[in-house]
Amino acid sequence: MSIIAAHDVALSFGATPALRGAGLAVEPGEIVAIMGPSGSGKSTLLHCLAGILVPDRGEIHFDGRRIDTLGEAERSALRRDRFGFVFQFGQLVPELTAEENVALPLLLGGVRRAEAVRWAREWFPRLGLDGLEGRRSGELSGGQAQRVALARGLVGRPRVLFADEPTGALDSLTGEQVMDLMVDAARAEGTTVVLVTHEPRVAAYADREVVVRDGKAYPLTAEAAVS
Amino acid sequence: MTVPMTLLGLLEREPSHGYDLKRDYDAYFGRGKPLSYGQVYNTLSRLARDGKVVMSEVGPGEGPDRKRYVITERGATEVDTWLAEPVEPEPHLQTTLFAKVTLALMLGRPAEAYLDTQRAAHLKRMRELTEIKRHGALVDALLADHGLFHLEADLRWIELTAARLDALAAEVRR
Repeated sequence: MSIIAAHDVALSFGATPALRGAGLAVEPGEIVAIMGPSGSGKSTLLHCLAGILVPDRGEIHFDGRRIDTLGEAERSALRRDRFGFVFQFGQLVPELTAEENVALPLLLGGVRRAEAVRWAREWFPRLGLDGLEGRRSGELSGGQAQRVALARGLVGRPRVLFADEPTGALDSLTGEQVMDLMVDAARAEGTTVVLVTHEPRVAAYADREVVVRDGKAYPLTAEAAVS
Repeated sequence: MTVPMTLLGLLEREPSHGYDLKRDYDAYFGRGKPLSYGQVYNTLSRLARDGKVVMSEVGPGEGPDRKRYVITERGATEVDTWLAEPVEPEPHLQTTLFAKVTLALMLGRPAEAYLDTQRAAHLKRMRELTEIKRHGALVDALLADHGLFHLEADLRWIELTAARLDALAAEVRR
């Protein structure tokens, strides 16, 4: 059974349609890249899959359960307990240390502080962040900050990690380090990853690609096109 | 491979004399490297031998220019298959890919679907190279990177072309 499934999802912002009947199924443990030009609706699709946005039409299922009909509180709990997130910009709380930033989802989920910090610390050596636990976001490089954000996305051992242009603000080499770590960690944990990117080099880390065009999702296959 | 298939594709558009074929080929695909008449007629002879075109006599006089070439069903099937197949993903394939996209638009075929197929073939190769890069030695990684950057450049061209298909179709259709 697919861990994430979307059927005929449509969503407009005012009079502007962003999605026009997009469908997608993601299997457990898969790493899927959603590609497409700017404004194609790829980020909107990710936000719908993750229960951040509610579509006007269509259905979203997570682990066999329909989630687009849930109330905000239930979707919020789902995002906190089952999903992890990595975005392009501005994810770390500047007043908190790196370690506290990583522990944040656990603290919000009711884990005791000492335990949350202990779990958070385990991620620092795994992501090459040894010794940076006490730094605030202003004292981290772009690549370090993004690895801290990745640790925060993974610390709650989510079933699905949603990553929206996770390397968009990084140079090539740093971006590749982040992708390497993300893929290794996801494989080790069995975490499913839904990755939005417009960069082919980033999409090449995924198991397969889906392209969003004009608000619809198309799987890409290298078989000869049916004409 | 590109020249025979391109001539066949042009013949699918309409039966033509060798002269017209050369003119259209040079205009759309030659890009400073025009075909010689010898190349055109040699190619047409081979296509005729293989049953992909037939000749029909029209007009008085002699010589190859009096012959009109008509694509056969076998020829049309071959064009179909060639257009739909992705090109082996490797750097510097622009010429073949360019010919395919332009011909597909001329013939009213699904150029966007062909580009998607090509995009998938490129991404598949990029995944293979990424695996090599992630698990190989640094020298392997450097070589893989070289391939990845070139494939990425092709993909950018594919994206841009996909975005311009309507305008391109208006330009090459008649």
